[in-house]
Amino acid sequence: MKGRIDNRPLEARKASPLLVSLSAVFLGIVAGAVLILLIGKNPITGYDRIIFGALSNVRRVGNTLGMATQLILIGLSVSFAFKTGLFNIGASGQMLMGGITGSILAYYLPYSMPRPLYLLVVIVASALVGALWGSISGFLKAKFNVHEVVSTIMLNWTAYWLVYDWIQRFIVDPTIVVKSKPIEDAHTLRADWLTDITNFSTLNYGFLIAIIACVVIWFILNKTTMGFRLKAVGSNRFCAEYAGIKVNRSIIISMTIAGALAGLAGLTYYCGYSNIMEMGKMPNEGFDGIAVALLGNCSPVGVFFSAIFFGCLKMGRGSLAATGIPTEIADTIIATIIYFTATSVILTNFWNARFKGSFTKKEEAMTLALEKQGRVGVDLASLTKDERKALVKEGMGLLKAKRQAEKAKEAK
Amino acid sequence: MEFLNVVYSIVPAAIAYTMPLLMGALGGLYSERSGVTNLCIEGLMLTGCFASATTIYLLQSAGVGFNLAIVIGIVVAMLAGGLLSILHAVAAINLKSNQVISGTAINMLATALTLFLAQTITGSGNVTILRGIIRSDVPLLSKIPLIGPLFFSRTYWTTWLCLAIWLVSFFLLYRTSFGLRLRACGEHPSAVASAGVDVHKMRYIGVILSGLLSGLGGACILVTYAGEYNSTSGINGLGFLAIAAMIFGQWKPLGILASTFFFGLCMTIANMGRVIPLFQSIPTGYLGLFPYVATLVALVASSRKSAAPLASGEPF
Repeated sequence: MKGRIDNRPLEARKASPLLVSLSAVFLGIVAGAVLILLIGKNPITGYDRIIFGALSNVRRVGNTLGMATQLILIGLSVSFAFKTGLFNIGASGQMLMGGITGSILAYYLPYSMPRPLYLLVVIVASALVGALWGSISGFLKAKFNVHEVVSTIMLNWTAYWLVYDWIQRFIVDPTIVVKSKPIEDAHTLRADWLTDITNFSTLNYGFLIAIIACVVIWFILNKTTMGFRLKAVGSNRFCAEYAGIKVNRSIIISMTIAGALAGLAGLTYYCGYSNIMEMGKMPNEGFDGIAVALLGNCSPVGVFFSAIFFGCLKMGRGSLAATGIPTEIADTIIATIIYFTATSVILTNFWNARFKGSFTKKEEAMTLALEKQGRVGVDLASLTKDERKALVKEGMGLLKAKRQAEKAKEAK
Repeated sequence: MEFLNVVYSIVPAAIAYTMPLLMGALGGLYSERSGVTNLCIEGLMLTGCFASATTIYLLQSAGVGFNLAIVIGIVVAMLAGGLLSILHAVAAINLKSNQVISGTAINMLATALTLFLAQTITGSGNVTILRGIIRSDVPLLSKIPLIGPLFFSRTYWTTWLCLAIWLVSFFLLYRTSFGLRLRACGEHPSAVASAGVDVHKMRYIGVILSGLLSGLGGACILVTYAGEYNSTSGINGLGFLAIAAMIFGQWKPLGILASTFFFGLCMTIANMGRVIPLFQSIPTGYLGLFPYVATLVALVASSRKSAAPLASGEPF
């Protein structure tokens, strides 16, 4: 389509979600740097250590991807609920429930079971229990209009205490009574070939589960009628209801699928990335997943990449110890990034204003160039891209000269 | 007589657990009544808890009088909460962003930032103060039979401060033109604006008040029963319990007083279950989840007649 004449009126560029996300990341990193400066340390060494810790060799890259695994799944869970207009901040609880299911099964299922069958059983079971936990919030929202943020938080703490009790009751490590007995390698998600190519990192089958989940969620959201219905409920509940979509059912379905994804994240976290569960510990990953979802603009592809970015931050901070910078700087950066994504209007407006400014300048330059060529009154939209580029190039010089002349006049 | 002893030990503890919740819920009420959904009570309370812990710890180790240090700590906690709430106000009021996300971001920011500062200041994730408030009997009133031992003996002075604030809030909201304007901003902001009142200003006041009160609530947790800022458990979702109490109390001061006391009682049972013979056989885990399940049940029960401010969460 080279040389095609586009007859649409010319418009300034609009800020894309990617640009806004990248700006939020940039601001988060700047905020982190300011904090490091405030406590009297060097931010450049800090970030250098983070990058070193996350990516400097195959094993570290493997660990980063291993950490990113649960972030991808949680990010998908939060995004999926978000598409239906629901805010799932109960991923931590759903993760705990999925994790305890996997851990209990790993403890009690016989080792004689064929490995593919075993993997299938734990994956399905933890997804189901996570789904059940998520669906409670969906049900309460649909039937009793209980705000999902409050109900998911309450369910987080309920899961926290249930798991506290169940670890003690079913899978406690008799030597250290505050955590579960480590799961044997044969019953974790560890895969020999993945461990081998990454030099004994924590990378496991969970990463494959996460990739499959990305594809499945993308398919559901973009290619099925169910996905369309869920998104319709998310963008306008009343409109969807008027169009005959069952809103309450959509809410429950959405929270159920979100719960299943978070349950899987629990499995990959407690039976793959790690092999124990500690009593009285709320997994922070559930909240990091919100950041992942928001930064990834709630699309599966975006979630995948932003999860890897956060995985780098979370793994890389381990190498900060020598510099004296508290490792919590990573969480602070994550929280700042969410705040800036939440207030993305400011970023969008900033970029739109910049684009508008450069657009009017270019337009002016083109008019000047046309005037010089004696082609007054030519519609700019009727020109090809290359012609416009040439005009802008020519006109910029003229515009500069004009501005300088104006300035000189004013000075007089 | 044994039963009475149990009651005598539970009720004062329940009152101590109630006060932080009451302050958080009252803060949420100011914010929501002015039309801004505030889900960052948890973060604001945590900030208050941390700010007061650090201030009191530093002052008490520097040799400042114990009580003076506590008073200064509480003031600092309120200021810290107020400052952080401005972030939410800017996002929600000026930038018209999603208030739920902004609130969550502030919760995360508070968790990360307090831990970061605690690491920098004390070198560990915990800040423990040397001494909290010493309980004292209210003169005369504590001598009344039955009521005296229940409500007026061995009380914290912050309890009376919180109750006074609750009483003042009641009058402020329902007996002054300021209160009427604030409530109207949450119901029908354009009507208020057409009457010449600055809606943005009223909403700023609502959100900042919620920050101040939540900060106070966080400080109360510290100086009464907790005695330390603990990064691993934070404040155990107390801020969300406060929000639930506000919903359960139907966004009304009197309802909030009742619902926070109910949750306070649940918290007491969860935390003191081991000492009460009646609950001794129940495992710790199940006692621990009791307040949260009770909250869910309460929310379901109160869902039929929701009196949420109409314009809460709607940017203006």
